[in-house]
Amino acid sequence: MTKFEGTENYIATDDLRVAVNAAITLQRPLLIKGEPGTGKTVLAEEVAKAVNAELITWHIKSTTKAHQGLYEYDAVSRLRDSQLGDERVHDIRNYITKGKLWEAFTRTERPILLIDEIDKADIEFPNDLLQELDRMEFYVYETNETIKADVRPIVIITSNNEKELPDAFLRRCFFHYIKFPDEEVMRSIIDVHFPGLKSKLVGEALKIFYEIRDVPGLKKKPSTSELLDWLKLLLSEDISPETLREKDPTKLIPPLHGALLKNEQDVHLFERLAFLARRERN
Amino acid sequence: MFVHFFHELKKANVPVSLREYLMLMEAMDSGIIENKVEDFYFLSRASLVKDERNLDKFDRVFSHVFKGLDMVSDDQTAEIPEEWLRSLTEKFLTEEEKAQIEALGGWEKIMETLKKRLEEQKERHEGGNKWIGTGGTSPFGADGYNPEGVRIGQKEGRHGKAVKVWDKREYKNLDDSLELGTRNIKVALRRLRKFAREGQPTELDLDETIRSTAHQGYLDIKMIAERKNKINVLIFFDVGGSMDSHIKLCEELFSAARSEFKNMEYFYFHNCLYEGVWKDNRRRHNEKMSTWDVLHKYPSDYKVIFVGDATMSNYEITYAGGSVEHWNEEPGAIWLDRVIQIYENVVWLNPIAERHWQHTPSAQMIAQIFGDRMYPLTLEGLDKAMRELSR
Repeated sequence: MTKFEGTENYIATDDLRVAVNAAITLQRPLLIKGEPGTGKTVLAEEVAKAVNAELITWHIKSTTKAHQGLYEYDAVSRLRDSQLGDERVHDIRNYITKGKLWEAFTRTERPILLIDEIDKADIEFPNDLLQELDRMEFYVYETNETIKADVRPIVIITSNNEKELPDAFLRRCFFHYIKFPDEEVMRSIIDVHFPGLKSKLVGEALKIFYEIRDVPGLKKKPSTSELLDWLKLLLSEDISPETLREKDPTKLIPPLHGALLKNEQDVHLFERLAFLARRERN
Repeated sequence: MFVHFFHELKKANVPVSLREYLMLMEAMDSGIIENKVEDFYFLSRASLVKDERNLDKFDRVFSHVFKGLDMVSDDQTAEIPEEWLRSLTEKFLTEEEKAQIEALGGWEKIMETLKKRLEEQKERHEGGNKWIGTGGTSPFGADGYNPEGVRIGQKEGRHGKAVKVWDKREYKNLDDSLELGTRNIKVALRRLRKFAREGQPTELDLDETIRSTAHQGYLDIKMIAERKNKINVLIFFDVGGSMDSHIKLCEELFSAARSEFKNMEYFYFHNCLYEGVWKDNRRRHNEKMSTWDVLHKYPSDYKVIFVGDATMSNYEITYAGGSVEHWNEEPGAIWLDRVIQIYENVVWLNPIAERHWQHTPSAQMIAQIFGDRMYPLTLEGLDKAMRELSR
């Protein structure tokens, strides 16, 4: 039994580690929620790497229906083939397209099934998958067969909290809420991505980063992935820690802010703050 | 062994079910975690809490049930069951205290008494605040009710150890106790659906295609328009004054309704409907729309929902000039009556609990005007209202 301990690219806090291991051992789905950019989707990839399993990703959109994860029967092409006298038409199997769940159920090695952003789908979507995820089997009406998982896949589900999930669904899952990493965890995350980065630069960058997050009224707070992008930019532009530290009020907007602030209203907000700071000085 | 913990969670309104409890037991048996209290905390949190809003409640219950439990350091191996047993003997409340609380008559009574006692204390002497909170003999201190809120967080371990994870209560601002929740509202609003196919035919009509192909002898593809919810909704929200305390609930209803109904129009009014309504509260005095315009604009197949507490002076309904905000030429009752005449499906949703309506004459009057189509803003009420509207 391989245990998940985080990987060299991913820092897992103790609580996350326990939740992942519980889900793996008890073979129950693991529901991950958290602010955007805290690494929900990446987690599945890293778990797959850590336990050495194949990752099957099912991205959910607002138009996704539950049965699409099982299979789809393409009646139209069968109809067309029957017109053209194609031999394939006699076997209905030729027109059944397997969905991600079917794929995951028929693997011989235990795969990891990531159901990404389940809250994007219709409000009844999770309920439609209850039985399938619980028993790990479903019935194909067209061919009268039951698809049953020989090895139960590890199911990881992410949600951005756009819709609330039904209780019956929640009851079957382990749940983990990824909270925004504090400075200490953030440092180790940065260390994993940019080994050997000057701690002075990291310190200054983090200070600015958390200051920005603390500004009230920000439409979109910068997240971990944005911080990492910003650091990459800082490195490639060769910006020194001293430039970052410059506490000149006229330069309230940090250099290369485009990586952190993704909303023009937020940039305006910062410009206004900088303007106010300048006026106070005069 | 953890039944006590489980019940405490239930009591604190953390939605836990037997299924989750069994899952936790199973997880304990499978030896996922080592003998560390911290790991047990993480494991129980992952299996029992399913919503970040409840994380804070969970932390509070955990801290109170397993009070006195120290962190086991890594090098020191301890048999956990013993630890738990010990913590269970360290009962949070003594029997007398429990009895005392029961004698005081439950939560509401306690809060009342607490208020009274606080006042008494002020009168007696200044230092008296200490009486509540630390003494341990007072039911308030021991039970953890805090004068400024609900409950006193345990500041530090009983033995003066560092703050424990669950005592940090990092999820504090995620906690909100919603009565309804957007999901439930949405599900209730779903009753109000009328599907119709309209517009461009974009979907394949399989049945019709097969029928037609069989009939014609060649492949004859038939298309059909997409199914859409055809319902049109007009919502009037009461804002300001006594409605302020229900604002959260109304916001939830609003956001749920907005995503559920594609054709939804909303307007605001204050206390009772008069000749003007508005769409933006900040500019309510400048950008008023004539109610007549609204009634003329939206055809009679619109479903009309009023949301308001119907709590006002009777004169605001029955008399011209009764409005608290402006001079109204015609009484509110006439305006409400006009709406009811024009629209077949009208309901009034009241955020105040049904049992209080009888004490508010204005609520009774409005319910009468609406032909008893006033429903409380609860799940059941919403459900009934939607049934009424879809008739």
